[in-house]
Amino acid sequence: MRETRAFIERLPSTFRAVLGAGALVVAFGSTPAIAQELTGTLAKINESGTILVGHRETSIPFSWIDSDGGDPKGYSIDLCMKVVDKVKEVLEKPDLNVRFVPVTPQTRIPLLANGTIDIECGSTTNKLSRQEQVSYLPTTFITGTKLLVKKDSGIAQLEDLVGKRIALAQGTTNERVIKAMIEEQSLDIDVLNVADHAEGFLSLETDRVDAYSTDHILLFGLITRSNSPEDYEVVGDFLSYDPYAIMVRRNDADFQLLGTRVIADLFRTGEIKEIYAKWFEPFPTSDAVSEPPTDLLQASWRINAFPE
Amino acid sequence: MEYNWDWGVLFREPYFGWIIDGIGWTVTVSIAAWIIAFTIGSVVGVARTVPVRWVRSAATVYVELFRNIPLLVQLFLWYFVLPEVLPREWGLWMKREMPLPEVTTAIIGLGFYTASRVAEQVRSGIEAIPRGQSMAGYATGLTTVQLYRHILVPVAYRLIVPPLTSEFLTIFKNSSLALTIGVLETTARSRQITEFTFQGFEAFTAATVIYIVITLTVTAFMTVVDERAKIPGFITGGR
Repeated sequence: MRETRAFIERLPSTFRAVLGAGALVVAFGSTPAIAQELTGTLAKINESGTILVGHRETSIPFSWIDSDGGDPKGYSIDLCMKVVDKVKEVLEKPDLNVRFVPVTPQTRIPLLANGTIDIECGSTTNKLSRQEQVSYLPTTFITGTKLLVKKDSGIAQLEDLVGKRIALAQGTTNERVIKAMIEEQSLDIDVLNVADHAEGFLSLETDRVDAYSTDHILLFGLITRSNSPEDYEVVGDFLSYDPYAIMVRRNDADFQLLGTRVIADLFRTGEIKEIYAKWFEPFPTSDAVSEPPTDLLQASWRINAFPE
Repeated sequence: MEYNWDWGVLFREPYFGWIIDGIGWTVTVSIAAWIIAFTIGSVVGVARTVPVRWVRSAATVYVELFRNIPLLVQLFLWYFVLPEVLPREWGLWMKREMPLPEVTTAIIGLGFYTASRVAEQVRSGIEAIPRGQSMAGYATGLTTVQLYRHILVPVAYRLIVPPLTSEFLTIFKNSSLALTIGVLETTARSRQITEFTFQGFEAFTAATVIYIVITLTVTAFMTVVDERAKIPGFITGGR
């Protein structure tokens, strides 16, 4: 082997290139013509005639199943359907079978990795640690830790809570962020540990605390479910950064490129604004709550609007 | 199993401090709740045996009410519902001004619940005393109050030390439910350490050991009490 290699290295470079190309032809020459262009997920979809779309069941308004029990819907689902349309076009299979597969935060990554789903359309934060297992399309939504307060409280940011109480759900990233900030700035803010979002909201509703904190979009979800949505508001700057993105399999450059192209097109043409408005202005679960795209999100759309 | 054991996490700050803090709240909540349970339980237990019908009924209502509602539900009722049904100022006071609202609520909830169980032990203790004793008491001219004060209650308490030990142990274990209303006691702290370090096995092993040490200490203490208190030859006194 070493001798062969030494021999090749002594050859002129053009000759070496020809030799390399020849080796490639030998290696892949036997595969059919169409598969030559298709790899990974696209090849899998082409072969099975089905695309498997992973969705969440309660991530309102990103990806959820309504009480009528129909197909999943939401912002992320709409975006994924655009990707599916593109797949149909590329594979020239207009009647491609689309199958929805429910996933949870615990199952979404393994199911994507093992091929049970081909694309995950939910509310997943793009994290570097997750990128060790999966890849992401461009960021489609940006959330982060914010504060939920009553409108008449006069609280606009974390510092306004000095001498007051805030509820935090045990085990959330938001809990850590807020506690770290309180410690860093040595703020005199009392913390009430609650078990979940519902209990945190109940504590705020009953005046037990002055604020509750979690991902800002989830706070809107909580407001829509309250008896008097007009009494609450979400305030403050983002205290953490959680960019949501559609997940695809890792090491599948072709499919990732296809998805990125679809998303970038939506950003560039501005179509994303219509899709966004459909799900966030107002919320599908309550006409009283509307969340226009933040400046940060609009900037992100523009940054990711790659030219063709 | 793919798991990186790190027992050292239990002795690193801030986690070590959290555990100590958690033990402090477990013991505080349990002891304080026990004082309430023992006091109310004694009164209600005696009331369940007195020869006055309405007193007996009232005590029975108390026992059945607190014994038959799950403790977790009771804690939620005390914590979330009670302040809302009271007049607004009182409710606000409970939620804001009352010192340590979560801890106080946990102590009261746990205390009232355990009181119903203690009451039943006290009642069974009194009823275990042969009727001849009461009759002899009345025959010597004691009033009902004197009968209870000098004969029934002192004997009953000495009989029920073993079952009371169980209730005392249970209150330490039940105190872990206080985490649902935000008291950072031992179990809550173990969960918190798990969430921060992902060393769940170590954190919960520590909690297990802590509960066992606490309950074994209580058992040892109560054994001494039982040795001193038991009435030789009394049928329920032996074990």
